Amino acid sequence: MDLDYGPEYDVFRKQVRAFIEAHSHLAPPSSDRAARPSPEAVEWQRLLIEHGYTARTIPREYGGYGAEPDILQSRIIAEEFARARVAGGLANQGISMFVPTLLELGTEEQKRRWIEPTLKGDIVWCQGYSEPGAGSDLANLKTSAHIENGEFVINGQKIWTSTAKQADMIFCLVRTEPDAPKHGGISYLIFSMDTPGIEVRPLKTMTGHAEFNETFFTDVRVPMHQIVGQRGQGWFVANATLGHERGMLGDPDALENRLQALIALMQEERLGQGRAIDNPVLRDRLVALQAEVAAMKYNGMRILSNSLRGEPGGMAKMIVKLQSCELAHQISALAIDAMGELGILYHNSPRERDGGAWQWNYMFQLGLIIGGGTAQIQKNIIAERGLEMPREPKTADMARQKQGAV
Amino acid sequence: MDFGLSQDQQMLRDAVSRCLADTSPLSHVRECAERDNPLSDQVLRALNDLGVAGMLVPEEHGGLGMTLLDAAVVAEQLGYAVAPVPFLASQVLAPIALRDAGNEEQKAHWLPKIASGEARIGIAISETVEARDGAGVTSAAGKLNGTALFALDFEGADAYIVADSGGRLHLVGAKASGLEAIALTTIDRTRSVGELRFDGTAAEPLADDGGVATARLRAAGRVILAADSLGAGQAMIEKAVDYAGQREQFGRLIGSFQAVKHMCAEMAARHEPCRSLVWYAAHAFDAVPNEASLVACHVKSHTAEVHRFVARTSTEVHGGMGFTDLLGLHYWFKRIGFDRQVLGGPEAVRAEAAALQGWAKAA
Repeated sequence: MDLDYGPEYDVFRKQVRAFIEAHSHLAPPSSDRAARPSPEAVEWQRLLIEHGYTARTIPREYGGYGAEPDILQSRIIAEEFARARVAGGLANQGISMFVPTLLELGTEEQKRRWIEPTLKGDIVWCQGYSEPGAGSDLANLKTSAHIENGEFVINGQKIWTSTAKQADMIFCLVRTEPDAPKHGGISYLIFSMDTPGIEVRPLKTMTGHAEFNETFFTDVRVPMHQIVGQRGQGWFVANATLGHERGMLGDPDALENRLQALIALMQEERLGQGRAIDNPVLRDRLVALQAEVAAMKYNGMRILSNSLRGEPGGMAKMIVKLQSCELAHQISALAIDAMGELGILYHNSPRERDGGAWQWNYMFQLGLIIGGGTAQIQKNIIAERGLEMPREPKTADMARQKQGAV
Repeated sequence: MDFGLSQDQQMLRDAVSRCLADTSPLSHVRECAERDNPLSDQVLRALNDLGVAGMLVPEEHGGLGMTLLDAAVVAEQLGYAVAPVPFLASQVLAPIALRDAGNEEQKAHWLPKIASGEARIGIAISETVEARDGAGVTSAAGKLNGTALFALDFEGADAYIVADSGGRLHLVGAKASGLEAIALTTIDRTRSVGELRFDGTAAEPLADDGGVATARLRAAGRVILAADSLGAGQAMIEKAVDYAGQREQFGRLIGSFQAVKHMCAEMAARHEPCRSLVWYAAHAFDAVPNEASLVACHVKSHTAEVHRFVARTSTEVHGGMGFTDLLGLHYWFKRIGFDRQVLGGPEAVRAEAAALQGWAKAA
């Protein structure tokens, strides 16, 4: 056990800290949930790229900083920005999912055209994967694209398209070979949200906000070169980056920050004769969550060590999405309980705490437990891939059929 | 940066695991559990041949001078095998108490004997966690009076280290006059605990440090109990997964039912971060002393909660067979139950964690 990063990394950490100290006044608020980055956030993003604190390992010719990949440096950057509660650059699906996909599977021309404006916040992307009948069972998607005069013609519907209202572009899975086996007939297309035939309807969620949209396609025409990967390979293209989304949903620094905010709330909030933290039942729940956050923090360090050794993350990594989303939800739930009756206030009501963030989180985090693969899908993955338990007979039959077809 | 076990620690883990597989199969555990004194000399000797007795004894006293993380590695394997051997008190806490608070004479007398396996010391500090009616030890002029409950590694101990009501530690010979020692039967028949009644019993004080040494013992003990639960939980998850992969009902393996798979996945998902927490807590005991007490509280309470869930869920996955004596699954179930309560149940330990952070007055 050696928790030191070593002297050269200590120097690096000091540099990161010095940068944050000198520039944090320019950073947009960390809690900024706007789908379209503010001019302030775009400027901050450019500054971070210039200094290598975001897009660090993306080659310079594509608009990144071009550093050699170094897991510990990336970790130190994440730690220091989280510790200072300063926004660590733009976090959107274009940057976290589309850019890695292109880097891995895009053509040279696609990389040069799309990565830099995406990184700089000039192009906002939305993700067209889920459909009303194909959420966790993505291979069941129905949105089709047939070919007519050298163009894909798309018809169908997507759901849960966050930022679709604000997005410039979409990366979208469509069925191009209706007769191919389930996973085999899908293609990964990119096109402008201005294309005629696209209609976006905001989908209001239980939070009272429209964090998502439904997106409808009627004869949407897309040139054939706007495909990433080969025709019929879209399933594999999309899967190359789904892991990034799940990784994003299990950040131990974010859990630690939420816990610290909860501790502050419970120390300030008056409830009955004392503060919320003086209530032994609430305090007991707080300490239990603190222990769980610690367990996830050290689990994260273990995963980090595994990557440094070039070993797979194994079970420690496989459980992160499931556990972190649940834990985040529990933290918000305790915050609401600690407020007692004030916990029901929302939407700028007088006496509301923290701008209603706890209530919003409590509801939105339920969405995160479901999104990116529901908790049930995560448990199937843990059981079947992690514990090597027998597959559902139906799935096993289908796998056999597929093998037969190949 | 390397968060995990060193190569030496992995070798230690494998050696102890092999040793226990050879010397302490379930049939032997069962045999021991049916005796008055369940502790197995045969398994203890085999472990001592690997140097386990002297792990935490400093090298100048004939031991290996290893760390609590090394001891946690062993404890995990003992829990995995539900091995009926004394360890927590006699091979971890007693050497730490003597090392930290013993005088030169006490160290020179006891530590080499502990390292060689010639002597064993039990530990009775239960009242410093939660005092009960009718228990508690007072000390005056080198004599102890009162009752200490839950002396750990009770059977076969040559002496006991006992905390008095002020948290000060005392060393008492097992045969001292004025000491009545009564074995207690617990749910876990792979461990040995007892009650010590003192009536003007002569005792030697360890260095009086206002309870610091006792707090260190609590922290170390909690980490080791958590590590033991971690191993027992690991065994219970593996057994559930194996059973679900063999047992057929309704024309298919029960492990192919999503309901059963999800039970196993939840056990694994909650269990896995405990491993990281155990490693860190054990490491912190030696290397990050300012965090050691708090993280020991966290690891004790959190693994207790997770492994109660694992113990119950694994039993359920086994269906009716899990409830029988035939499979012996209950030895792990009870071991986890023992680890949960000893040195403080989760609520007591969390209250202590809150007090350590200034969120509540100390009990």
